[in-house]
Amino acid sequence: MPWEEVIQIMKNVMERPALLKSADKLPLAFCPGCQNPTVGRLIAEVLEEMKAGEKAVGCLGIGCSSFIGFMLDVDLINGPHGRAPDLATGAKRMYPDNLVFTVQGDGDLLSIGAESLMGALARSEKITIIMINNTVYGTTGGQAAPTSLVGQMTATTPRGKDAAEFGYPVHAAEMIATFKGVAYSARGAVNTFANFMSTRKYVRTAFEQQQEGAGLTFVEILTPCPTNWHMSPVKSLTWLGETLIQEYPLGEFKNARS
Amino acid sequence: MGDKRLLEGNVAICWGAISAGCQAFFGYPITPQNEIIEFCAREFPKMGKVFVQAQSELGSINMLYGALASGARAMTGTSGPGWSLMQETISAMVNAELPAVIVDVQRGGPGGQPIRHAQQDFSHCTRGGGSGDYKNIVLTPASAQECCDFVQLAFHLAAKYRNPVIVMSDAIIGQTRELVNVEKLDFGPIPNSDWAATGRGRHKDGKSRFVEHAAGFSPRYPSYGAFLVQLSRKIALMEENEVRHECYRTDDAELVVVAYGYTSRVSREAVNRAREEGLRVGLIRVLTAWPFPHEVIGQTARKGCRILVVEDSLGQMVDDVRCAVAGLTEIHLVGILDRHLPTDGGMILPDKVFDKIRAIMVDKDHTPCPGKR
Repeated sequence: MPWEEVIQIMKNVMERPALLKSADKLPLAFCPGCQNPTVGRLIAEVLEEMKAGEKAVGCLGIGCSSFIGFMLDVDLINGPHGRAPDLATGAKRMYPDNLVFTVQGDGDLLSIGAESLMGALARSEKITIIMINNTVYGTTGGQAAPTSLVGQMTATTPRGKDAAEFGYPVHAAEMIATFKGVAYSARGAVNTFANFMSTRKYVRTAFEQQQEGAGLTFVEILTPCPTNWHMSPVKSLTWLGETLIQEYPLGEFKNARS
Repeated sequence: MGDKRLLEGNVAICWGAISAGCQAFFGYPITPQNEIIEFCAREFPKMGKVFVQAQSELGSINMLYGALASGARAMTGTSGPGWSLMQETISAMVNAELPAVIVDVQRGGPGGQPIRHAQQDFSHCTRGGGSGDYKNIVLTPASAQECCDFVQLAFHLAAKYRNPVIVMSDAIIGQTRELVNVEKLDFGPIPNSDWAATGRGRHKDGKSRFVEHAAGFSPRYPSYGAFLVQLSRKIALMEENEVRHECYRTDDAELVVVAYGYTSRVSREAVNRAREEGLRVGLIRVLTAWPFPHEVIGQTARKGCRILVVEDSLGQMVDDVRCAVAGLTEIHLVGILDRHLPTDGGMILPDKVFDKIRAIMVDKDHTPCPGKR
């Protein structure tokens, strides 16, 4: 590896993005081992790299995903549970040159917010949706989400998620890629440095294609929820890397550029 | 300078919105509101304004939330069932202090009851419907002209109090064509919206904005309690300053009709006929369903006047009148069961109101509403 690249990586790791609010201004929202703040940092880095902090407007729903937004020192709109794609529609239509994105959880986007998502996809709304997939409702205590794996124990599937009763995990990135009005759809994770760097690229591509007016862009990001998975932070990373990625393969599912 | 046009009430609402500087309309088709969404779809883009047909009323109200949070002057329009769907977000808008203008062109219920006009959203509009403590000003136009004027007032009041304002019309008012003087009404300067999330680059201080509905948890207020204090002050101010009503021939009246919307025009005609027959009858026309004109109705009751409520429902405004009257006089009702057709359609006609006035005052064979006197 060339020395410059190593320095760049070290800089990325060590330097604090200016678009992250200082920690003393934040309510302590995350559990030990949660990688939602890693996603917050990732978004801040990308916005900063694109010099888009002045034009960025983040739209948030309800749940641990919204705490990611709280970390960012950009303009933010927080509304009811699941409605961030609608908020983003209103914000983007009023200021089409702004970079408007949502940060939502899997329950927020795919369950209660599914009709808002469908509407935005159908209209090819020029927004970016970033969805955190940790397979459970984190804030309310680890209940089953549309993304929970078959057999997964959650607070509302105490005997394990039974497919006959609860159905199968929803694959958002693959589904969203099938829409004509979607320019970009990808799934990443931040469990390893390599995955962090790929996901960073996905988010950047999604933001860029929004600014080009290519269509709706989407990035799903797998994160661990040690508290509600009842695992140690290290064990939850292993489970994510070995089991969750089996169900939810990483990569790009649609890219208008290719 | 005004500009006289022949407009349906619903279209007059759109021209009022344009006069008020409305920049965006978000809506979903629903009868009897469709003239609004179709007009906006046709005309707004030509004027450089935003129009979006949402996937549902959940969509339209939340798009409105997003646009208002971006500092826009914007509105939505709907009818009963759509109005129901919007409640969660209206409650959130009150917390977020967003200046929403929402038009509810009432229709019948409960449930679907498609395309049957009625005035059955009074309680729903005045009592909130979303969770938590809140109040919205509810303006009740009774003509196409008032549709045009009241929506402008709604934009002004919404911005003044940073609180949603409802324009509650009905199918008869919304779809009746009348001459309207489309005139820009001046309510004074528009408060700045420096708080809005327009992108950090647009703020003079360069600081980021956060529009949220979690006052107390967020740094907007030092605590939840501080937010509630501010909210209660706002509600008190609206109650103090924004009660609107109109008295017609009430000075020497022995019976006063209380009505709003289309039934207030019906009542006015009945009052005129009664006066021709020498009956001392007046009309209090309610222009704000909330804050309700309790005081004037209370004074009327203290003078010993009997009250006749005319509303096209089973009796919702009656509850407010009951509070105002405080047991001091009889309250009678002409309601939805008094329509000229007992079946699906029909409306309350002046004849029926006049008959009831006679029954109360002359024949003395009308049973008042229970629970008073």
